[in-house]
Amino acid sequence: MLVHLQGPWTPLLGRLTLQQIPYQNPILLGTFIFVAILGVIILVATTRYGKWGYVWREWLTTVDHKKIGIMYCLVGLVMLFRGFIDALMIRTQQAIAVGPKSPGFLGAVHGYLTPFHVGQIFTAHGLIMIVFAATPLLVGIMNIIVPLQIGARDMAYPYLNALGLWLTTAGAALVMLSLFIGNFAHGGWYGFVPYFELPYSPGVGVDYWLWAFQLSVLGTTLGSINLIATIVKMRAPGMTWMRMPIFTWASLSANLIALTSFPVLMVALALLGMDRYLGTHFYTAGMGGNLMLYNDLFWVWGHPEVYFLILPAFGMMSEIIPTFSEKTLFGYATMVIASFAIGGVSWGVWLHHFFTMAAAPSVNSFYSVSTMLVGIPTGVKVFNWIFTMYRGRVRYELPMMWALLALFLLLVGGMTGMMNAFASSDYMWHNGVFVVAHFHMMVLLIAASVFGAVEYWFPKVFGFKLEQKWGKWFFWFMVLGTGWVFVPMFILGIAGMTRRLDYIPYTQWAPYLHVMLVGMAFYVVAVGFFVAHLYVSLRDREKNRVGADAWGTTRNLEWMTHSPVPAYNFAFIPHVNARDEWAWRKEHGLAELHAGDYEDIHMPKNTGVPLFLGIFSMGLAFALVWRIWWLALLCLALIVALIIIRSFDRDTDTTIPAQEVDRVERAARDGVTENGPASDLLGDPVVATSSIRSESGGMGGKSSAAQPAWAPMDR
Amino acid sequence: MSATTTQKIDPKGVTLWERHYPGPDLISTRTFGFWLYMLTDAMVYAALFASLGVLSHVVNLAGGPPPAAIIDPVYAYGETITLFLSVLAYGYSMVALKSGSRGGVIGAMLVSMLLGVVFLGIAATDIGHLFSRGIIPETSGFLSIFFTILIYHALHILVGIVWMLVMIAQIARDGFTANVVYRLINLRLFWHFQAVIWVFVFTFVYLQGMVA
Ligand SMILES: [Cu+2]
Repeated sequence: MLVHLQGPWTPLLGRLTLQQIPYQNPILLGTFIFVAILGVIILVATTRYGKWGYVWREWLTTVDHKKIGIMYCLVGLVMLFRGFIDALMIRTQQAIAVGPKSPGFLGAVHGYLTPFHVGQIFTAHGLIMIVFAATPLLVGIMNIIVPLQIGARDMAYPYLNALGLWLTTAGAALVMLSLFIGNFAHGGWYGFVPYFELPYSPGVGVDYWLWAFQLSVLGTTLGSINLIATIVKMRAPGMTWMRMPIFTWASLSANLIALTSFPVLMVALALLGMDRYLGTHFYTAGMGGNLMLYNDLFWVWGHPEVYFLILPAFGMMSEIIPTFSEKTLFGYATMVIASFAIGGVSWGVWLHHFFTMAAAPSVNSFYSVSTMLVGIPTGVKVFNWIFTMYRGRVRYELPMMWALLALFLLLVGGMTGMMNAFASSDYMWHNGVFVVAHFHMMVLLIAASVFGAVEYWFPKVFGFKLEQKWGKWFFWFMVLGTGWVFVPMFILGIAGMTRRLDYIPYTQWAPYLHVMLVGMAFYVVAVGFFVAHLYVSLRDREKNRVGADAWGTTRNLEWMTHSPVPAYNFAFIPHVNARDEWAWRKEHGLAELHAGDYEDIHMPKNTGVPLFLGIFSMGLAFALVWRIWWLALLCLALIVALIIIRSFDRDTDTTIPAQEVDRVERAARDGVTENGPASDLLGDPVVATSSIRSESGGMGGKSSAAQPAWAPMDR
Repeated sequence: MSATTTQKIDPKGVTLWERHYPGPDLISTRTFGFWLYMLTDAMVYAALFASLGVLSHVVNLAGGPPPAAIIDPVYAYGETITLFLSVLAYGYSMVALKSGSRGGVIGAMLVSMLLGVVFLGIAATDIGHLFSRGIIPETSGFLSIFFTILIYHALHILVGIVWMLVMIAQIARDGFTANVVYRLINLRLFWHFQAVIWVFVFTFVYLQGMVA
């Protein structure tokens, strides 16, 4: 049944030979040395400071939704950097390789990258940015914030939550591994069929792409089950559907999309895998395969996926804009309806991804119109945000600046999206960089929302605010880079430049490509400011400590508990009385009240099983890439055995005793207890927790500690 | 709202905190989550059946045998009977769970499991018979999806059988703890779902294949 491969193969190592390590490529060699040095520094530092126990106990085996979320964001951030380096290489290559007289370096005819290498970079950039950067960042933030917003102690499935993280990480690690062992797919991130079939792409690149993608799909599907179950089942008493925070609503609609669409992608990829490994004919050019089947299955996932990413981003904007307008969100109910309308419409529009593939005019018209329909609920959202700001007291702090940038990018991306939605105009610039510029507007909208959300919720998670000065420089250079790169790209798209070029034939495009290079320079500077922003914030964190209500004008439950959030989230589960519960309590003078004596709290226990499942999955994927059958079977057996063994474990819960809750609560309020200082997520002692804006009703700081404990009536 | 509209509410008139809050019910949360999981599996099957629809055109036969030439309804009939009897047996196991009888649950589950093994045996005979005649997934696009659906369904049955073994061991060891009970309920959902999917397989692969 297995496909007979041409070329060498040994039972022990499969196709893996020493020649597969591209040490002769100076770019990859340099990257490898950089990564190796970085890895050694991290390993040595962890050993030297004796932190292995801490890393193992507090992070690698954790089932705490906040820590899992932080690790998701870290994976996303690392991969965002990797994807950015890819972008840098694409832009520099294109700027150099213009016109027949353009020089070549490092063995390339034009520019410094060979076409094979450029193909891999394009593919990796697309896959990484969508699947391994944007998705982990958004999933990470949802993971941290949703349980807090609904007043839960954890997710519905803490163990599954960790498994989702480690599967996604395994996929990301596999993509990184393909840099140094073998190569990556070079036919575009979504896999052209039948080009991705074995006869046309016999190398391991497509297999790396396939299994890394599949691992992340599995992780995201499991994560969506978890988030939906959490939102439906774990809401605090009194939180009716119409009292749910809008970010939670957005997460719910996004994860309903993920729940239904990701399994379709799983099938699309699995069938391609069977074609490559078992010799079936799902998508082959001959023997009864149907290559449009792949395109349909892929984009049936691919378009809803766009909204899986963008709905949480909209949710973040919907949290930030009311907070910094000091007003409740305008049109709550229409916002909810719009989120679900977008989710619903997203399912019926996939064919706009191949308007030019000889569909009947009636079919193209249908998908053209249905695509434009997305504009209606999105427009509702835009007006709601604008009406929220209208007559509000708008404060231009960093989260708000990012949210406004996201709003602006949404307008540009949305308008150009409408232009693409016309099948007739799409015929003109199909497969061109106009489309590329359009979807970068949308993806940068997501990035801007994520940066805004990180600025906004960072003090909640870590207990201190990020400093503003370097953050503003970072912001403005991101704005500059975006303008300088993508305005020329729109122009080039209309001029007829196609996607994925390693060599540009027309010299009259050169000025635009060079302007784009300037934009990339702005982005590079922005990355520098971002690092400075993080460094200065970490260095000066004692100055920027905040209380529970970091911004003073926040509205939802997550701002009621301490910053940083204790492991159990809420010492007492709050009873929800209003839509913006925290704002309601502040308005009615109830913010300072505490519930009284603490009780024991049940929590799930840490476990290393998800980490090992992730490692074995990675081993399985690696073995399949190189067709090392014994290793694949071994990893599969280990995975099955570990799942069964874990199901027999009776010792999966732990109890935080009331005295411990009392100690943590006192420490969070007063900074220091008789048992020593409280510590934050970075392991530092918390010395001063004064609310920056306590005059507007923050409950952090010493003032609230002076309040007498007060117990409400049980009812 | 600006601070000037603030009016005080008597704290004694509202509930602000839930004391002695037990948290959401474990069994209902876990069964709800499993329903969601089954929805993802339903989407996988939906995509596979859509692929079957696409790959059932005459060009997808690529000169290989059409469905009517290879389908043996006797096997499919036998599979239907054993699978539905197995689901019935699992139903008796759930009845025994309500009366708290360990022996009843384990006994009925053993019957259910054995019928699952019989189902797998029939499916393997059917597929092996076709393979021995040289009718294999590599032959054509249609046969690729034909065998994929049959084998994917059979894999589910295999998983269900392993799961039943695990549950028999856990009932014997722990009795009916919350963990065991929610797993038994989820397994019931899983097992019934396979029977429901079999109805689709029977309709779209076997019946439609016969008349096509
Ligand atoms: Cu689309």
